[in-house]
Amino acid sequence: MITIVDSGGSNLGSVQNAFLRLGIPSEITSDADRIYRASKVVLPGVGAAGRAMSVLHARELIQCIQGLKQPVLGICLGMQLMFEYSEEDLVQTLAIVPGQVRQLPRGSGLPVPHLGWNSVEWVESVSRSRLVDGIESGAYFYFVHSFAAELTPFTVGISEYGHPFSALIEKDNFFGAQFHPERSGATGARLLKNFGALER
Amino acid sequence: MLTKRVIACLDVRDGRVVKGVQFRNHEDLGNPVELAQWYCAQGADELVFYDITASAEDRRVDLGWISALARVVDIPICVAGGIRSVEDARAVLHAGADKISVNSPALARPELISELAREFGVQCVTVGVDSRRVDGDFWCYRNTGIESKMSRENRRTLDWVCEAQERGAGEIVLNCMDSDGVGGGYDLEQLSLVRDRIDIPLVASGGARVAAHFQDAFQVARVDGALAAGAFHRRELLIPTLKQLLKNEGIPIRC
Repeated sequence: MITIVDSGGSNLGSVQNAFLRLGIPSEITSDADRIYRASKVVLPGVGAAGRAMSVLHARELIQCIQGLKQPVLGICLGMQLMFEYSEEDLVQTLAIVPGQVRQLPRGSGLPVPHLGWNSVEWVESVSRSRLVDGIESGAYFYFVHSFAAELTPFTVGISEYGHPFSALIEKDNFFGAQFHPERSGATGARLLKNFGALER
Repeated sequence: MLTKRVIACLDVRDGRVVKGVQFRNHEDLGNPVELAQWYCAQGADELVFYDITASAEDRRVDLGWISALARVVDIPICVAGGIRSVEDARAVLHAGADKISVNSPALARPELISELAREFGVQCVTVGVDSRRVDGDFWCYRNTGIESKMSRENRRTLDWVCEAQERGAGEIVLNCMDSDGVGGGYDLEQLSLVRDRIDIPLVASGGARVAAHFQDAFQVARVDGALAAGAFHRRELLIPTLKQLLKNEGIPIRC
């Protein structure tokens, strides 16, 4: 069973459908106790950092998420919230992974949001993330975002839009994808399947 | 590298995919869920669903088939049709859409764009623009899904796309009505004019039949995505072939 945190975002259904297509049962909840006892947790998120953080505060989920020991996958905004700070709404975030989330520069000739399928290169200097088993470096994933996390020692997948940014991160039991695996065709499905197969 | 998007557009009326010529005389081209699955397998980068009569009939897009689509589709889905409020949009997003596209209701009440962007983020909000050349300028049209209700707005397309961006649109889909369904290629002049005025993603729509039309849209009009309906539905142009041809021309393409 995968527990999807209801942080008020709108892509909860997409994520649940993606697991359903893989035959992996999931539930959507904002109940701290259920999240704490889950075998795996997904922190999705579409929307703005400030609002998502206030929802997590209001539902008393901040400490719960920070203290999780089982595999946790943040998707898009959910991944950005794992960092320390976001320029979006100038908000302190979960601080699970060191680093900051910055606005993609406008007026550089590249349209913002960064929207569409971009390639992701695995960082070869670190041991390859278990999340990307069977997926080659340079594979395409679907992105849609206006803010991005800088490169950190926990970056395991790099994508580039004007400049390089963290597309996939891993720190202990915490994983985060800036792209949307639930909307990235067979490649994204493989990543979710790998996540579903992780042992606690 | 970010790739250019090849987008299949399914215009839906009464639960069936239809296609007309210059927004008139629609013919039935199949079941939306079956076509959507086929397009995923073909390597489409995104699907757009327009409930084309929703605005003109004063109702919201049918949530039932959005849920059905969202269950089987594993690529991004953009949904349009009669979304007039934050609550309408929330229902459509919860049914499984990734993005919502607003057209006639945004012309009627432009604040809608800002409200949606504030609530869901700009990346969720596409503004569709139906535009036609009249007396040497480009003008917005609304309620284009039903011929008898179609009407010209007192808004120039080039002004409207700037206002839409200003208000929080995350993407513009420009439907060039004069070239729609004719198969003579996208309106490169109009697309280039819009491209020069906005710095959010731009999607070309209307007139594609052969690979060269897509190539021109990407290389001449510098659009980020190119959308087609009839040519794909009738299988005159197969997406794998199209994408390979575009890649051979040096265009960044996922295939």
